This record gives sequence, C-alpha cells and structure tokens, in this order.
Amino acid sequence: MTAPLLSLSGVSRHFGALKAVDDVTLDVPTGARHALIGPNGAGKSTLFKLVTGSMPVSAGTVRLGGTDVTGLPEHRRARLGISQTLQHSSLFTTQTVEQNVLLAAQRRHGSRASLLPRRQTAARERVDGLLADVGLEHRRGSPVADLSHGERRQLEVAVALACEPRLLLLDEPAAGMSPAESARLVELVRALPESVTVVIVEHDLDVVFALARSVTVLHLGRVLLTGTPEEVRASDAVQEAYLGTGRESLFTDTAGPAALGVG
Amino acid sequence: MESIVADSPASAGRPGGGRRPSALLRAVPAVVVLVLLAAAPFVLAPFATTVLGRILVFALFAVSLDLLVGVTGLPSLGHAAYFGVGAYTAGIVAINVTSEGVVLVLVAALAGAVAAAATGWLAVRSSGVFFLMLTLAVGEIVYQLSTTLDSVTGGSNGLYGIPAVRVGGTALTLAGYVYWFVLAVFVLGFAAVWLVSRSPVGGALRGIRDNEPRMRSLGYSPFRYKYAAFVIAGAVAGVAGGLFAVQVRLVTPSEAGFTTGALALLAVILGGAGSLWGPVLGAAVVVLVRDALGPTLEGHGPLVLGIVFVLAVYLLPRGFAGLAGVSAAVRRRRSRRTP
Repeated sequence: MTAPLLSLSGVSRHFGALKAVDDVTLDVPTGARHALIGPNGAGKSTLFKLVTGSMPVSAGTVRLGGTDVTGLPEHRRARLGISQTLQHSSLFTTQTVEQNVLLAAQRRHGSRASLLPRRQTAARERVDGLLADVGLEHRRGSPVADLSHGERRQLEVAVALACEPRLLLLDEPAAGMSPAESARLVELVRALPESVTVVIVEHDLDVVFALARSVTVLHLGRVLLTGTPEEVRASDAVQEAYLGTGRESLFTDTAGPAALGVG
Repeated sequence: MESIVADSPASAGRPGGGRRPSALLRAVPAVVVLVLLAAAPFVLAPFATTVLGRILVFALFAVSLDLLVGVTGLPSLGHAAYFGVGAYTAGIVAINVTSEGVVLVLVAALAGAVAAAATGWLAVRSSGVFFLMLTLAVGEIVYQLSTTLDSVTGGSNGLYGIPAVRVGGTALTLAGYVYWFVLAVFVLGFAAVWLVSRSPVGGALRGIRDNEPRMRSLGYSPFRYKYAAFVIAGAVAGVAGGLFAVQVRLVTPSEAGFTTGALALLAVILGGAGSLWGPVLGAAVVVLVRDALGPTLEGHGPLVLGIVFVLAVYLLPRGFAGLAGVSAAVRRRRSRRTP
C-alpha cells in the first residue's frame, strides 16, 4: 500500500456556530477518480478550499503525498501539484484564451521569472495541445469575454490541466455545459494518465457515475459514507440525506430529486 | 533522423515567421515617431525643443506609473515620491560629485529603486483603498522631507545650481544636445518597461491585475510579482526624475508632491492605462496644457486640464489607446464574419 496522495484527518472549518466542514477524515489514493457528492450546503466547495489553502482550516491536518501542507499558503500548495477549477468561472477576462492557458503553462516551463519577452516554445506547444483537447483551438485568439458559458468551463479545465497537477480538483466542471460538452469533458478526464488524481464535485450524477470509481457523500459538513458508486446508490442513508425527512426537503434542496432519479 | 532534425526548426519557426511581417509593420509607426523626435531640434525653436524634452521626461514618468496602474492594477497616488527622490539624488550628485550623464541616470535609477523597495515592501501587501492611502502617505513623507531637510534639498527654495550635464566630459549647454540626451534615455527607459510588460512576468502581472486569487491558485506568489513591478516602476520613475534635474537644473519639493503624481495619473488615464504608449500621448497633453497653454490662460491651465479630463472620461473611456482598440475590434468582427 502506498501512502494516499491526499489525506485529510479531522479537518474542520467553522463559521461562528456553523460547522461548514466538521471533522472530515478522508484518504484519496494516487490515481483515484473520486467524487464528492451531497446536497447543497453539504460543505463540498468549502472542503475544496481547505485542500487548496484558499481558506485556513479551523482544525485538522491536510497531507499531500505524505507531507503536511496544512500550514502552507495557497500558491505553495499549488506548486506541490494541486490544481483546481472553480465552481464559478474564474478566468482572466480581459485576456485571450491562449494567454489564459499560457499563464498556467509558463509556470511549469522555467520562463515565468523572465523579465524579457520569450518565445516560450515549450509552453506554447503545451497550450496548443490543451486547447485541442478541450476543443477550443479555433478560439485561441478570442478574448475570454467573448466566450459562451460552456466554452469558459472548458477553458477552466484547460487552465487547470496546464499546471500539470498531481491532484486535480474539479468543482462542478459540467455545470451549465451542454450534453455534448459534458460528454467531451468526461472523455477528457477519463483520458488523463493515472499519475493525475482527480477529485470531482458534481451535481450531474451521470457525470459522477461515468467518472468516479469511489464516491464520498457529504451531509451537513460530515462524511456520511465513502464507497463504490454501487454502494452509494444503494444506501438508504444517502437517499435520506438528499430527501431529508418530512416536508422541509421541498425547500432545502434542489439537487435531491434529480439525484434520486438517477440513484 | 536527419529530416526530423531539419524539419523541426522550420515547423517551429512557421507561426513566428507568419507573424513577423505584421510585427515589422507594427514597428513602422514607432520608428517614424522616433525619427521625427530625433529630428525635432533641427526644426523647432529652442523653447519648443525644451517643451518637447519636458514632455519626454514627464512621459517616462507616466509610463513607469502605467506599469503599476495599467499593467499590474496598482493605482498609486504617491508615485511622484520616486520621481522626486531620483531628481534630488541626480541634482545632489551633479552638484557635489560629477555631472556625467550616465552616472546621473544610474544613481537616479538606483535611488528610485531603493526608495520603492523600502516603501513597497509594506504598500504592496495592501490593496484597494489601503494601497491608495499608503502610497499617498509615502508621497507626503517624501514631500515633507524635501521641504524640511534644508541642508540637503535646499528646502522650499529648491535645489538650484545644478551644473550642465556632461557626456564623455563635455558639458551639454545647447538645448538641442540636452534634448537628445533626454530622448536617448527616454527611449531606453520606455524600451525597458515595454520589454517587462511583454515578458512572462508582464503576463503574470496582468493576470494579477485581472484575477489575483486565481493566480494564487495557479501557484504564483502575487506579492513577489507586485513587489518586483513596484521596484521597477520606482527605478524608471527615478530615471525620469534624474532627467528632470538634468533638463530643468532646478528641483523643488513640488516635483515630489501630490500634484505631480496626480498629473501623471491623469496622463495615464487620458492616454489609456496598460498600453504604455497611450500615457506618452497623455503626458504630452498634460505638459502642453500646463506649460505651453497655461501662461496664456493667466494660470487657468489646471482648469483646462480638468475639462479635458472630464471629456476624456466620457468620450474616451479607454483613453487614446482605446481609439486604436476600436479599429482592431472592427477588424476582428469583420474577420469573424468572413469564415
């Protein structure tokens, strides 16, 4: 058994009395295709922020490849190989598609600290390849402001992959994508080498079950269950978490009924 | 094997080769402007040449501010501090040590960089209103120091008696030669800022301007990049200050004061933040209105500048550089329609 790539132990994040993430312990082995699901407000996005370091933990430790990264700032963790796409598009909107990916790619190619213009051949080749992979090669010169929502999501994925991550965190990558676009995304993530570990938060359970080999269900900041997709589908506790008990489910959760339909 | 080796540079060179003619074409206006600027002393009267020199000095200062405001997204209110530090340093060195032009420019650059390095360490860690306030405070401190340190700066009388600049031992007394010296340093300073803005670091600075949290998640440390930009901008502002001392041969506290910084900010916005060449035009307008038009308006130059500024904000939201952007946008729209 090798050490898990990502290891959370007792990770918590409190906002005042609200426990957004409450004592989460989770191991994600190298090469995993792991999904985090749960109703809205379950703490999935917050957990991602605790992993990337954009938000400090209230308690617990985050380990990446066996080293404790809990005290490291976000950019140091990113350099250790954590890369992410965000739930809400976060791109460099005044710049072109190519420049967006280049910013991520050049960090890996040694030329980022150059104060003189460079050709950056290696980084540009990588950008070309990535844009072809996500299907944006014909848009390379367009400003991000001209892209459709779906195209921006694809660009997010290209930017995240350009960092050549060991751990790729995808926060609702398929949100707002057309079925064709999300099929392409699934293909792209499937084609990633085993050296890249993928953790995905997604409401579209078709995408989740197409990609994930293991699933963790979060509910109210706690881990409800970790298991194979089949175990999760069959679990009563999961169905209850999504539906809630009684009529409050009508008001608390939009993803629940859809999730049940798939399950 | 041989064919692959022979082929790869050609295929790698192809996209660059395709761009080269247009890059050359784009360099044509810059060369034309440069030739016109170099020929100016032959055509213009000495006074007009001096005004043109002042424009270049102020333009270099505005360009250094544009690296902060337009490229990095750090609107500094106290950038004149580094201009003032450069001007005083060059003046003091010229009076006490040597008035060799290269030395003056280098010490001014060094002084500006050191002052920016010392103050930017804190300022760059803040953002938004706090950055504005910190840079304003730094500007006020330098201004106060320049008025109170009589023995060093000459106080409110200013630092006078700066000898004529020397190049290779010969003193440049004619306005035309001084102008050429200023032009040469301006070109070098502008080229330095332009290269930085086109470099990978420049790309990272624009990324920080657009989306700092995202840059952090891509593994960049925004502080280091912003600090580097702040120091480089300080150095170039110092050079501009040194040129001011060389050209005007009198440095007063107002050079380091809020008005100088605010006028440079006006030039940047008027010209189009982030374009680098736009602020040069903006600086030309500012200096022309203040120095050439101002005296004929009985001191109402600032009023005209205010009106120009209001008009520019309404009519040219992206400054003069925005006008060039309009034609580029039209071309892009056309090319999108054709395929």
